[in-house]
Amino acid sequence: MAEFRLPPNSRIKKGKHFAAANGSSNVKQFAVYRYDPDSKDNPRVDTYEIDMDSCGPMVLDALIKIKNEIDPTLTFRRSCREGICGSCAMNIDGGNTLACLKSVDEVRGDVKIYPLPHMPVVKDLVPDLTNFYAQYASIKPWLQTRTPPPPDRERLQSKADQELIDEPSACILCACCSTSCPSYWWNSDRYLGPAALLASYRWLVDSRDEATGERLDDLEDPFRLYRCHTIMNCTQTCPKGLNPAKAIAETKKMMAERRH
Amino acid sequence: MSIKTPLGRVLGLGSAKDGTDHWWSQRVTAVSNLLLGLWFAFAMIQMPGFEYLDVMRFLAAPWNGVLMSLLCASLAYHSYLGVQVVLEDYVHTPAVKVTALMASRFAHLVIAFASIYAILRIGLDS
Repeated sequence: MAEFRLPPNSRIKKGKHFAAANGSSNVKQFAVYRYDPDSKDNPRVDTYEIDMDSCGPMVLDALIKIKNEIDPTLTFRRSCREGICGSCAMNIDGGNTLACLKSVDEVRGDVKIYPLPHMPVVKDLVPDLTNFYAQYASIKPWLQTRTPPPPDRERLQSKADQELIDEPSACILCACCSTSCPSYWWNSDRYLGPAALLASYRWLVDSRDEATGERLDDLEDPFRLYRCHTIMNCTQTCPKGLNPAKAIAETKKMMAERRH
Repeated sequence: MSIKTPLGRVLGLGSAKDGTDHWWSQRVTAVSNLLLGLWFAFAMIQMPGFEYLDVMRFLAAPWNGVLMSLLCASLAYHSYLGVQVVLEDYVHTPAVKVTALMASRFAHLVIAFASIYAILRIGLDS
């Protein structure tokens, strides 16, 4: 039945404190969620004092500094450090975003860093995204056609057609949106979530795709699509400034359109 | 414990090919609630008083009876759809969920029919 607290082995405890070196003038404190599956310990929040005069401006710079210079056991994903790979998605200062695009200056007080909410944690700031990726795979994110391609050229698309898919195809699958959605928290086993639905919309409005009907058939489900209750956390949190909520609303309109 | 691929788990029992009627009915009853609600608010402002006889006289007028019955039906249906969503969102124990969904449907039908029956009696008795 209803559980109102985390299970005892998941409750977060106070962790270690790493003070800045003496003489640091511009100190910012980072409170970072730590969980090590190899120990039997509960998750904890370690605090690190960083001298921002010797650190890059972004939260990711601070995390890399912590790992390189203070605590090599800290685990997180990162790759491009410029907001295109989606690896460093995490919950910073209460909102999901990319650590590489979040400036430390934007955060007042301590910088609180947690893994993406309501996902199984592999270690520290690394969530298990297996289900998220499987949901993306389930919407068949590739062009489906019955007409064979012209023998001598690519499939044609007008400028207006391309503009329809410009925004939805800019999604980097960082999972910030889906893991910010309360409906996804409670029902991620059956609700596809904003990221997969935005990806699906990208193919629904692709003028070259000929599987629109089958795609809508697959989505038409009280859970897969209609668990979206227009909460709009997805659009609020998207670090790329995309609008999954609108894509979902447009998909629902397509569902209604083919009936009336 | 069962070993399934992640994609197999996501595909699950497949699409129910359903949900659009539910979504559309939410919108339709939202609009009817709004229109009937406006009528109701306007009618309440116009009421000469709220004594027993004032209210009986109001409900006995044919159009008031018709609109009041529609308001009860529309509210009950809209509420049923909403409560269903809440239960599906939050109740994950199958037996509890099925029981709650059934109980909610019964309760909403009872409320709707009892309200409309009462309005009809007042209208037809006078």
